[in-house]
Amino acid sequence: MNAFFDTLVSRQDMIQDAFIEHIYLSFVAVAIGIAIALPTGVMIARYRRFAEPIIGVTAVFQTIPSLALFGFLVPILGIGSPTALIALIIYALLPILRNTYAGIVGVDGSTIEAGRGMGMTRTQILRQIELPLALPFIMAGIRTATVLTVGIATLATFVGAGGLGDIIYRGLQSYNNSLVLAGALPVALLAIGFDLILKWIEKRATPKGLKT
Amino acid sequence: MIRFDKVTKRFPDGTEALKDVTLDLPARQLTAIIGPSGCGKTTLMKMVNKLENPTAGAIYIDDEPITGMDEVKLRRSIGYVIQRIGLFPHMTIADNVSLVPKLLNWPADKTDERSKELLQLVGLDPAVFMDRYPLELSGGQQQRVGVVRALAGDPNIVLMDEPFSALDPISREQLQDELRHLQQEIHKTIIFVTHDMDEALKIADTIVVMKDGQVEQIGTPQQLIDEPANEFVRNFIGTERINQKRSFGDRRLKEFVFLFDKDWAGEAEEVEAKLSVSDAHQLLEQSGKPRLAIIDEGTLVGFAGERELLRAALYDEKEATA
Ligand SMILES: Nc1ncnc2c1ncn2[C@@H]1O[C@H](COP(=O)(O)OP(=O)(O)OP(=O)(O)O)[C@@H](O)[C@H]1O
Ligand SMILES: [Mg+2]
Repeated sequence: MNAFFDTLVSRQDMIQDAFIEHIYLSFVAVAIGIAIALPTGVMIARYRRFAEPIIGVTAVFQTIPSLALFGFLVPILGIGSPTALIALIIYALLPILRNTYAGIVGVDGSTIEAGRGMGMTRTQILRQIELPLALPFIMAGIRTATVLTVGIATLATFVGAGGLGDIIYRGLQSYNNSLVLAGALPVALLAIGFDLILKWIEKRATPKGLKT
Repeated sequence: MIRFDKVTKRFPDGTEALKDVTLDLPARQLTAIIGPSGCGKTTLMKMVNKLENPTAGAIYIDDEPITGMDEVKLRRSIGYVIQRIGLFPHMTIADNVSLVPKLLNWPADKTDERSKELLQLVGLDPAVFMDRYPLELSGGQQQRVGVVRALAGDPNIVLMDEPFSALDPISREQLQDELRHLQQEIHKTIIFVTHDMDEALKIADTIVVMKDGQVEQIGTPQQLIDEPANEFVRNFIGTERINQKRSFGDRRLKEFVFLFDKDWAGEAEEVEAKLSVSDAHQLLEQSGKPRLAIIDEGTLVGFAGERELLRAALYDEKEATA
């Protein structure tokens, strides 16, 4: 145990840098993931015949083992954080896309018809009815994507993109268990922390009238 | 006035929901559309605000065809209560009610005033209910809000699709009474879909009886009872009424003597004029005879059959809610 704390202190700078890199990678990947998946989810909810193929494609990506995906991307994109980001974004897409789609499609048809019958335009129905009612689902998708991304970002080290994976990898190479732990523990804490924060936001995002 | 001119509606799967319907729905009156499930009532109604479009034929509002009208604008000018209430669960009662006025860009104070006034009118205290959410209301309260929401934009036409169907008989009758009172104040063109003949007879100025996508008869409640166009209408009025004996009322036969026939040559069952209308109806059924001969203190005062008893019952209801 003492060894572990010694490592923490002696490698403090390195761990801190890796930690920040890790957050940066995950955060940017999820943000871009949202920027792509949310509008796409809205689109395929409107044009349902595209839903199955598009969700299908993202689901196929999801089944590729993460290490393999990094491996595929390196020959194409080379080494560095763009490669890591792209891989992470690909993983973040599916949960957000699927939940956005399911959330919007799940809004009661009679509620939407009431909106139409009252003279709301499609955009007004989307913004004032469908999105607010789908928001808890969308937030749940973002939460899943975030936790997933934080975990997979440990592999960014293999394409030279840094992150806490660096620390773990170094520890493994030098048979230094304390160092492995100094990398793994923050990853776990990050995942749990993000999960808690987003769970809280998800709760707050649930429209008030639906909580009773 | 709303006119249907040879309107046919065929859905993509081939179902013909309306078959060559020609119909005039009078302005500033409450018209009930009635018929068995699946006969096309909802479809007919949805065509007025272009939620469905005709396969053939045309619909006119005040002699103007609606085909060319902007659908969003048209819908904002027509109140709409859908078959399953359809309040927005994530919006407060105030937000639900003020939705159309906001779409119409009314000033905030006018919207607010109007919402409060209407809620008051249906017996919901604005101070209590404005900030609640739909799920915090009882079914009857929700239906009231549904009606208020449809009226909020001050439309000339209001479409109501079985607005009270989900209610228990008591709240239902209460809301029917309220609607009648409301209509006496506001005089809107109301299209009211129902499959309950009692409800139609009670609240409507005009009744349209439908079957299999066609109109069987249109007329006042009195006309439908007096001169049913065919066997279907007769049965529809009759069976529905008999199902609900309660509504024949407790008033005595002798109060309605003026409605009964003076002469009758056929068979008749003798009954006392002090019997209630509903008891008399039961006796008539049990006797198997076509008429009752009504005796008041030893004197024959008139003859009444099914139709006359219906008229008495109807008269009673109309008077009670007027
Ligand atoms: N979108 C649709 N596609 C295909 N058929 C439809 C559609 N909407 C309604 N129908 C059919 O059209 C017919 C009339 O339906 P409609 O909803 O107008 O009946 P209704 O008289 O309102 O019945 P209810 O009293 O049960 O509400 C029915 O046979 C129904 O199955
Ligand atoms: Mg219907």
